[in-house]
This record gives sequence, structure tokens and C-alpha cells, in this order.
Amino acid sequence: MNFIDTHLLSLTLFLPSIAAIFMLLLPNGNDKLTRWFAFGVSLIPFLLSLVMWSRFDPGQPGFQFEESYVWYEAIGSSLHLGVDGLSLTMVLLTTLLTPLAILASFSITDRVKPYMMLFLLLETGMLGVFMALDLLIFFVFWEVGLVPMYFLINQWGSANRNYASLKFLIYTMGGSLGLLLAIQMLGVLFGTYDLLTLYQRWNSLVPGSLLLGLPVQTVKTIAFWAFAIAFTIKVPVWPFHTWLPDAHTEAPTAGSMILAGVLLKLGAYGFLRLILPLYPFEARVFAGALALLATAAIVFGAFGAYAQTDFKRLVAYSSVNHMGFVVLGIAAAGLAAGTADANIALNGAILQMFNHGLSAAGMFFLVGVIYERTHTRNLNEFGGLFPLVPVYGGILIFTSMASLGLPGLNGFISEFLVVRGAFPILTVYTAISMLGLLFTGAYILKGITKVLHGPLNEHWAHGEHKLTEISTREILVMAPLMALILWNGIWPAWILNVINKAVVMLF
Amino acid sequence: MNFPFLSVITFTPLVAALLILLLPAQRKNEARAVALGAAVIALLLSFCVYFNYDQAAGGYQFIEKYNWLPALGISLYFGVDGMSTPLVLLTGVVMFTGVLISWGDDDKRVMAGIQDRPREFFAFLFILAWGVFGVFVSLDLFMLFFFYEIAVFPMYLLIAIWGWVVTREYAAMKLTLYLFLGSVISLVGVLIMYWVQYQNTGVLSFDMLEMEKAGFSQTFQNIWFLPVFLGFAVLGGIWPFHNWSPDGHVAAPTAVSMFHAGVLMKLGAFAALRVGIMLLPQGAVTWKWLIMFFAAVAVVYGAYIAFVQTDFKYMVGFSSVSHMGLVMLGFSTLNREGLLGSGLQMFSHGVMTALFFAVVGMIYDRAHTRQIPELGGMNKVMSFAAIGFIIGGLVSMGMPGFSGFVAEFPIFLGVWREQWLVAVISSISIVITAAYIMRNIRQVFFSDLPEKLDGHLTDVTVLDKVAITTLCLFMILIGLFPGFMVPMVETGVENILRLLGGT
Repeated sequence: MNFIDTHLLSLTLFLPSIAAIFMLLLPNGNDKLTRWFAFGVSLIPFLLSLVMWSRFDPGQPGFQFEESYVWYEAIGSSLHLGVDGLSLTMVLLTTLLTPLAILASFSITDRVKPYMMLFLLLETGMLGVFMALDLLIFFVFWEVGLVPMYFLINQWGSANRNYASLKFLIYTMGGSLGLLLAIQMLGVLFGTYDLLTLYQRWNSLVPGSLLLGLPVQTVKTIAFWAFAIAFTIKVPVWPFHTWLPDAHTEAPTAGSMILAGVLLKLGAYGFLRLILPLYPFEARVFAGALALLATAAIVFGAFGAYAQTDFKRLVAYSSVNHMGFVVLGIAAAGLAAGTADANIALNGAILQMFNHGLSAAGMFFLVGVIYERTHTRNLNEFGGLFPLVPVYGGILIFTSMASLGLPGLNGFISEFLVVRGAFPILTVYTAISMLGLLFTGAYILKGITKVLHGPLNEHWAHGEHKLTEISTREILVMAPLMALILWNGIWPAWILNVINKAVVMLF
Repeated sequence: MNFPFLSVITFTPLVAALLILLLPAQRKNEARAVALGAAVIALLLSFCVYFNYDQAAGGYQFIEKYNWLPALGISLYFGVDGMSTPLVLLTGVVMFTGVLISWGDDDKRVMAGIQDRPREFFAFLFILAWGVFGVFVSLDLFMLFFFYEIAVFPMYLLIAIWGWVVTREYAAMKLTLYLFLGSVISLVGVLIMYWVQYQNTGVLSFDMLEMEKAGFSQTFQNIWFLPVFLGFAVLGGIWPFHNWSPDGHVAAPTAVSMFHAGVLMKLGAFAALRVGIMLLPQGAVTWKWLIMFFAAVAVVYGAYIAFVQTDFKYMVGFSSVSHMGLVMLGFSTLNREGLLGSGLQMFSHGVMTALFFAVVGMIYDRAHTRQIPELGGMNKVMSFAAIGFIIGGLVSMGMPGFSGFVAEFPIFLGVWREQWLVAVISSISIVITAAYIMRNIRQVFFSDLPEKLDGHLTDVTVLDKVAITTLCLFMILIGLFPGFMVPMVETGVENILRLLGGT
């Protein structure tokens, strides 16, 4: 027990990878065993993160469960892990969504073993970003997560997968090039990558002095944008979002769940963990620009979603729309760091990250459920399906309403907090964003109407195309998501308590 | 304890080559077995050297010295430091895997391995290996040069006889002329250094450690650094003297390509470092901007040229130019991080490119084409090779978690210290590399199998799989645990820094 207590983070982080390597030893061809093994293994990190959650002391400042190991001594990088309220929330989200995504992939029959292995490796990549307290380790995991996702899209995706997966990879790698260069520069300047040290030393550089032959302020501005562009691409914020609808549409269902549920959060997490503490000044100066992009993401994302005829693309654009609120909250916090309003906005942004993770994963799964049965995602080919699949219809409406921001469900709480916090700080942008919210309602209702209501498309009612009801396994995937969606809507205090203390202490 | 590791390692390939030549020509399998046995011995011994090297003590170890031609001050003087020990190990690894994949398969549909005169092939290959080991362990300038020429010469025969029919004569001639031209220029430099050393000390000696100690005048170094460094660097594939290398790679049979890109290019880089930078450190300081310029061009331009190739082997060949450019880039920084990265990159690239050429060879042996658009679906037939190539590709892209990142990151740190603009420009190559590697992996391994090839392909052999696994293990090991190699290279870097700072 003692070993587990002291290695809680590294166990959570590396168990999925170790299990993935262990899977090589499982017999080939026994898909059932492979599936259940992967699912069972992915539950362990979830249980460990529950343990973490229960032992976590929100009132204590700084990072908890810290661990540090030698990694690359020669350049001053070590495997330094630790979580605060912000990262713990994300760790919980990741470890929750991974088993659900694996459960959702039980319908995969093509090369099950590599598929499951990639998923477990992906989990390590994502968790590593959230746990890293070393800038280089952060980057390592940031990049490592790309590879399994690339292959998941490229190998198990739908028709246009080659284009989508390469676009995803090149976009993200291109974006992280600036990040890499900026990290190298920080490393050269300070000889360490330890975040806590960097926070202090980077901010204590004397303004006006020279750095690499340039004024400190210029260097900081360039480095800020190098970080910011990498993260805006990942979030994604307009105009860097175009990889997302393609990647989402082509990815296998579970891939989309993780992509929307966790990978997008990596970008937002980067803003919170790195940009706000490292660049408080630049974040204030450029908050307007960031808010503008966020507003554009909210409005155009909503318009984009409304214009889609492909169900999955509609949900993909809705991610752009919803993640825009996260960035809006971050921009507001950057502009007025430390004020009560800023803290409210940040609380909202972080909660929105968690909530969007739940509802987007749910929505993508539900799209996948109907796609598996009908082999089409074209909204115009559905219609009036509610009587055929009442349970599915109910679940779809419930999840859609969470996405729409219906009071009583989770989306409302977080978006309200963002808007409430950002309004006094960035009044005009927030006002425009709220108009965007109107269109959120429009496209969600459009989606529901086209699928469930209206005249029944007889094609799905009879014969071999007869639509079958959602299965027990699929309901089991949705049940935890729906429970949390409702719980966060009714009593968000359980999670806001942790988030709020982290926000107050961090910023 | 005083086992003469280095001379045994160096001469094992020579003895094996002679033994193989003594076998009757038709006893192909015996020739192969002797080759494999010698390769295993060399590999095990290089492991012994690697793990017995005392990193705390540093400096040159396993020193052996035998007089050879005392009148001229030439001796067989062996010793390794932190820079050359990994390269000795690399040579052992590439030799072992190279023999494995050249074993040959009796399947008539597959022209895998070397079917034609394996006896002579292995003999020449091992003479080459003899030269390579010799360069890495020599502390005598004459011997270093001697082994250097030994390593270059068998390439001509290996390519011209066993190479790709279409271009082998052309490529072999081009390669040999290029390399000889480079080495003649270096030789002039070497002889002048020998002469000046004699003038200064009154002792006729090719002893490099003595030369390091004595040092040369600033003017001498300024004049002779460039010819000596560039003469050797031609074999390292430095731009603008790189264009023999892709032709040579492509025309060479698989194992020779592995040796060539995996080890021989390191030979050029290592000799340039050993003789150019370490003996003429002040000249290096004077000219580093030029080397940096050449290297940066090689990095970006090589990646771009690799991007536009349609021949699979040319793509890998040009990617080597780009990656060896990073080695040179690290050299040109002359600081701790840059040199550390170069040392690691030499090993990492050696293993990676050997794997690349091995897999390309396996595909060519089966599909009889290397045109990327004509290939496809190889994952269905040879998924093991596909996974190997993907891991190699990730290393090539500098993906964290693999050895490429561990090597390239410090190089960039070193460049940041010297000239940040070069770091920014060179980093473009990372994205270009990712693009062509991923595009080609998708096309070659995952698109649909062309009808023409359907049914004609067989999986790779067990020996091939052993070779792939061996190479991949090193890339992952160093990527996850840099501590395996970094402290070793650091001790070598200390030595170079001392020379740079001491004068």
C-alpha cells in the first residue's frame, strides 16, 4: 500500500502504457479477451484518480502527490509530476473518458489489439501533459499523444481519413514547433525546465534588459505568441480550427470522444498552466486579441454547426463553439488577473472544460451509435426516428440539452460562470458571444429535429434497414456521462470547490 | 582485466574476412555462419567496452600501443573516449544486423539477402567493418587515415558488383572519386600537421594526443582547419558535397547501404571532429560560422529534397543528408549541448537509418520496385517491418520518447546559444520530415495493395525480425532513458571542451 501511496501519479500515468505492452503477449485473434483486458486495465487509473480525488486537500497551496525522477540530467530536465485542483480535474476527466471510450469501441472488429494498445498509449500521453511540472516533460507528452491519435484516425477512420489524419498531425506539429523553439529558448536561458522555477525566474527578468540581442519585452512577446499559437491550434480557436471538423468526422467514434473530450482540453490547459503564469503581462496586453478570436470561434462555430448536413460535423463545430467560451474566460482572466470577476470567469472556463468533455464525448458517441446502424451521417436521410428508437431519442435529447446549456444541466452552470465573469471585463465581446449562444440553441435543435422529429423516413422503419434500439453496452457508456451531466447541473459544488481553490491560489 | 578489447574488436572482422575467403565458393551457408559468428563476437565485445568504460574517470581508456613503424613515429595506438565508445557499439550493432538481413532466403520469389557470391560479399563487407572499427579507436593520425581509406575502398567493389544494376557503375565511381578527393585534401592537411609537429617538437610522431597537447599556431589552424574538416566531412555528407551520398546509398545492396549511412557517414563526421576540431580547435572557432551555414542548409534542404522524392531509397538517402546536417550543426556550435547532441545523434541516426535501409531493402526484394506510388499495402504482408519502419520514422521526426528527440533537442539548445536564427530556420526541417515520413508510411504500408503485387509477397524472415527488433530496442531505450548514453557522451564532450577552452 505504501508504494501505491507514494507513486500514485506515476502509477496512474504509466499503467496504461505498461498494460499496452503487456497486451502484446495476449493471444492473437481472441478479440473478446483483448477488449475486456483493455477495459479492465483502463479502470485502474480511474480508480486511482478517485483515490487521488478523495485524498486531495483543496485548501493546501501548491502541488500535491509530487514525484520527481531523474530523466535527462545533462540538460536539466527531470520527470517531475504533481497535480493541483486544475490538473486533478482534468486527470479525472481523462481517466473517466478512457474506459468509456474503450467500452464504446467494443464494436470495433478490425485489428482489435493494436487499436486497444494505441488507446492505452494515448491515455498515458494525455495524462502526462496534465501531470507534468517540467516544461520539457510537458512537451514530450504533448507530442507523444499525437502519434496514437494519428494512427487511430488513419487506420480506423472513415473514407477521407488519410487527408484528415495528416492534416491533424501537420497542423498540430506545425503549431507545436513554435512551442518547441520557445521551450528551447527558456532552457538555454535558465538551464532548467522545472515549471515552478521557471515561473519565478522568467518573470523576474528585468524589463528593458537585452536577451539574445533583443529587448526582453520583444522576446517575451514572441515567446508568448509561440506558446499561444500552439495552444490555440489545439483548442482550437478560430481561425486555426479547420483541422478539427475533418479529424472528428473521419475518426472512429471512440477517437472522436477522446479528441473532443480530452485532447482539446490540452490546449486550454496549456493556457492555464503555462501562459497565464509565465506571461501575465502579455496575457493582459493581448487579452483583447484572444477574446476576439474566442468570440469569433463562438459565433462562427455556431454558424458553422448550423450549416452542416453531416451530423458528426455538426457536433464537431459545436466543439469549436463551446471551447470558445473556455478561451473567452481565459482571456478575461488574463486581462483582469486577480479580481473576483476574473476568478469567476476562470472557474467557469475550467468547469466548462470538464463539462464539455462530458457532453461532447456523449454527443460523439451518440452520433457513432446511429452511424453504426445506418452507415450514414447525413442529417437529411434521417427524420422521425423517435418512435423507432425512443430510448436512444431520450438520451440524445438529454445530452443535446446539456450541450445547449439548459439550466439544470452542466453546460448552463459553466457557461453562465464564464459569461458572468467575463461580462464586466470584456463587455462587448461577451455580449456578442451571448448572441452566438442563441445560435447554439438553433443548431442543436436543428440536429434533434432532423434526426428524431418530422416525417418518418420509411427507409429505416422496415426490412433489413430497420433501425434497432440502443444496446445495453451503449447505454452503459452513456450512463456515467449522463449522471455526471445531471449532477454537475444540480450540485456543481463538489467540483467547483476544488477548482475555485486552485484558481484563487494560482492566479 | 588487460584483455586487448579494442584490437580484438578491430581485427575480428579482418580475421573473419580471411576465414571466409578460405572457404570454398559453393559453401554459402558456411560463409554466412562465419560472418554471423564474427559479427556476434564484435557486438559482444563492443558491449563489454561500452559497459566497462569508466565514465567517472573519462578520458581515453582501453589504451593499447604497439610500434608499427617507429622510424616514422607510426604506431598502432588504440583507445576510446566517450565520443567513440558509442560509435564502436553502433558499428557492432549495424554489423550484426547487416549480416542478419543479408543472410539470404531460398524462396525463389524473393531475392532477399545476398544470393550471388556471398563469400566475397561478406569478405569485402568485413574489410569495410575492419576499417570502420579502426578509425573509431585509432589515436594515431596515420592509422586513423589508413583505416579511413580501408573503409572507403571496399565500398567501390560492394556497390559495383552487388549494387542496383541500373546505376551501380556510375554511383560507385562517383562515390569513390568524391571520397578520395576529400580524403586526399585531408591527407595533405594531416601530413602538414605531422611535419609542423616535427618542426615544433623535434619528434616524428603521428600521436594525436601529443598533437593535442602541443597545439598548433593560430595562423596554421586558420589555414588548415577548413581543408581538413571539409575533406573528412565529405564522407559525413555535408552540403554542398553531399550529392555522392544518395546515389551511393541507392545503388548499394541493402547491408552496404546500412553500413554506409549507418556507420560510414559517422566515420566522416567523427574524423572531422577528431582531426579537424580536436586537433585544430582554434581553427574551428574561426570557421564555425561557415560550418554552421553549410550544416543548416543541409538540414533544411536535405529534408526538402527528401520530401519530393518518389524513390523510397532516395528519400531515405536524402533524409540522411538532413540528419547528418544536424550532427554537423551540433559540431559547429562548439559548446556543451551542441556537441552532446551531435554525439547522440550520430548513434541515433546510425541505428535509425540502418533500420530504414533494411526495411526498404526488404520491400524492394519482394516488390522489385522502389517507386513509392507503385507500392502500397505492405502492412498486410509484412506488418513487423511496418512497425519497425514506423518507429524509425518517429525517431526521424524527432518525436519525444525516441532517441531522435533526445539527440536533436540538445543540438538545438547549442545552436540557440550561438545563433538563435539558425535554430529557428533549421527547425522547419522537423515539420518537413514529419510530412514526408508520414505521407510515405501511409502510401507504402497502409494504402491498398497494388494488384500487380498481390499474392507475390512474402513476410520478412525471422532473421530480419531479429535485426529490426535489435535496432528498435536501441531507439526506444535511449528515448525513454537518456541516461543510457548521455553520461557517456558527456565525458567525451568534456574532453573536447577542454581542448577548445584550454588554448
